[in-house]
Amino acid sequence: MAKAAQPIMIDGVPLKERLAQAERRKKYIAFGMVLPLLIFVIVTFAIPIASMLFRSVDNPRMTELAPNLVQALNEWDGAELPSEEVFEVAFIDLTAAKEAGTLGRIATHLNYSLSGGRSLILKTKRKFKKIKSPPYREAMIKADKRWGDINTWGVLKKVSDRYTTRYFLNAVDRDFDNDGNIVEKPEEKQIYVTLFLRTLWISLLVTLLTLLIGYPIAYLISTQPPRIGNLLIIMVLLPFWTSLLVRTTSWIVLLQTQGVLNDIMVWLGIISEQGRLQMIFNLQGTLIAMTQILLPFMVLPMYSVMKTIPLYELRASQSLGANPFITFWRIFWPRSIPGIGAGGLLVFVLSVGYYITPALVGGSKGQMISNQIAFHMKSSLNWGLAAAMGSILLIAVLILYWLYDKVVGIDKMKLG
Amino acid sequence: MSTSISDAYVSFQEVQKSYDGENLVVKDLNLGVERGEFMTMLGPSGSGKTTCLMMLAGFETATSGEIMLDGTGINNVPPWKRDIGIVFQNYALFPHMTVRENLAYPLEVRKVPKNEITDRVEKALGMVQLSGFAGRRPGQLSGGQQQRVAVARALVFEPKLVLMDEPLGALDKQLREQMQYEIKHIHENLGVTVVYVTHDQSEALTMSNRVCVFDDGVVQQVAPPDVLYEQPQNAFVAQFIGENNTFLGTVRESQADRCVVELGTGEVLKALTVNVDGVGSQTTLSLRPERVTINPEAGSCDNQVQGDVKELIYLGDHIRARLELCGNDQFIVKVPNAANHSHLREGESVSVGWLSEDCRALDAPN
Repeated sequence: MAKAAQPIMIDGVPLKERLAQAERRKKYIAFGMVLPLLIFVIVTFAIPIASMLFRSVDNPRMTELAPNLVQALNEWDGAELPSEEVFEVAFIDLTAAKEAGTLGRIATHLNYSLSGGRSLILKTKRKFKKIKSPPYREAMIKADKRWGDINTWGVLKKVSDRYTTRYFLNAVDRDFDNDGNIVEKPEEKQIYVTLFLRTLWISLLVTLLTLLIGYPIAYLISTQPPRIGNLLIIMVLLPFWTSLLVRTTSWIVLLQTQGVLNDIMVWLGIISEQGRLQMIFNLQGTLIAMTQILLPFMVLPMYSVMKTIPLYELRASQSLGANPFITFWRIFWPRSIPGIGAGGLLVFVLSVGYYITPALVGGSKGQMISNQIAFHMKSSLNWGLAAAMGSILLIAVLILYWLYDKVVGIDKMKLG
Repeated sequence: MSTSISDAYVSFQEVQKSYDGENLVVKDLNLGVERGEFMTMLGPSGSGKTTCLMMLAGFETATSGEIMLDGTGINNVPPWKRDIGIVFQNYALFPHMTVRENLAYPLEVRKVPKNEITDRVEKALGMVQLSGFAGRRPGQLSGGQQQRVAVARALVFEPKLVLMDEPLGALDKQLREQMQYEIKHIHENLGVTVVYVTHDQSEALTMSNRVCVFDDGVVQQVAPPDVLYEQPQNAFVAQFIGENNTFLGTVRESQADRCVVELGTGEVLKALTVNVDGVGSQTTLSLRPERVTINPEAGSCDNQVQGDVKELIYLGDHIRARLELCGNDQFIVKVPNAANHSHLREGESVSVGWLSEDCRALDAPN
């Protein structure tokens, strides 16, 4: 078929151009309406996430505090102990840092990667005034013999890099050895991989539990007449009207060893006074509380999908000879899968990043990765590591979205 | 036709149905459907016809009475064991299955062997002229095609009975008429028993062997289409099926099958006695517009009155004239657009006449 000629308007303007002109005003108005939200999202969401991703590889401290030393170390090949010039630059930069009062920060920074790094710098600082003139190399090694160890300089070079994968390695319990190879940390220092796995495991369990409990509820609500259905929906939503903190703490009241549930079981004679069950401040507590709190997020998407499955389709199935079980399995269940997918994804993603509940009822066995992220944000002030862990979580969630899109199709997702 | 309802292939015996325990939606239904018959339940919405169909399908239970299918009571048989195919108004195809899977579904749940399923599905698709569409999903078909799939699916497992609940309601007029003939032909070819529900009287007349007219939960008349149209047994049927001129009056004389009726305006008309209580009782006279003659020859009609032409509507094959006569200003006459027909003018006074046997004296409104 020959390609049709471009349609031209009476006044000689191509149709396409004229259409674009006519639609332009509409587009401007539409854009104007979303602009406030767009700015809000960029400022409060896109920029913080970009900055977090950047922070997880960013390593500016040494470049800021000891720029000459960083440059000198960049030129050093690392094969043998640095030359006198490098020592001189190190001395000058460290002295300058001492004057500026920033030496403590260099010490802290070095300490992340070199145990005893802090004391090395501070010990050297005290002896600085004895060093009057070159050669600085001997003087510094005399001040602390660790300056004579090539390993110290190797670490110093590593921590001076402008960008670093150290935070990511740290977040998965890995580190560089002296030769620059990636190695596992000593066993007693490995915590994050276990924590990541536990986080995924808890999220998976919570998703399954909410599905098991939520599916029948959603089914029941979707089959009720609107009046009763709305009432049931309100009851599902009722927990939202209570603060998360209140709900979590009421689980403590219920489940703790001297709590309501244990008291009742002792009173009924099911367990003995000594045999009170530890139901909270462990993994179990986290699971119970999170399942309850996240249940509505599972029920609502499933309900909204089930509501669209018409009664006459189920009747048609029965009239065609399928008993209620087959009708459920072959008609209702496959039709409800988009709801399960949406609810499951929502609950899983929320669980992966859950913080308050595990912090309050998790004890030590029920902690999740977000608790560690918070720890590094607030207490250890190792923001780089926190950012790296956050990034890993983000990537895991994105992979999940991608999988969901492959398996179910993201356009089939219905959230309400 | 069997003489007794209880011998029929499908029968409702003294069936009553109430949803709320206060009002009866179906009041004492007695109805028999013969094997191979196309029976239509016709009535306005809310008349109880769909409720009857749902009781037959098993989705509603009869409050009292017995429903029989092929000699056995089915009141306590669940829907999936009744072996009744249903075509729903909105097709009720399974959107997550292809056309082939939809058709195979009733066979699969009956554990029919795989190769036989393939054959029967192909055959059923051929029957509704959709052989090339087996791999499509219902969403990719037009309304008419979906309707055909629904019909094929209700027939593919060779049910004892097929129910259709206003299956053509969602289609446009042209397609609806085409589908009426298709369904009628399928019924004739397969000899399957069909119970069809509709509120469209022309659909009922086109397709059915017999029509059962419902109103207010009560069967008004059960008859073949021609009998229903020409010999309505009561005023409701007369006005529900086709067009109809009515007069209210009092029976003054009654002789053999004829009676003399005096209207409120004083005119006296002769009519066929169908459904009146006797001399002195109220009656509704019913007269089809096409049975009225304009300017009849003297002596050819035993009823003859003067009327004023109020309105003329040209409809091509006939002209629809609205007249005022005997105090009724909605009197309709259909004047065929034949050669030499009398050309009426609005405002003129004409003589109209009809035979007393075409004018049926029926029950009076309550």
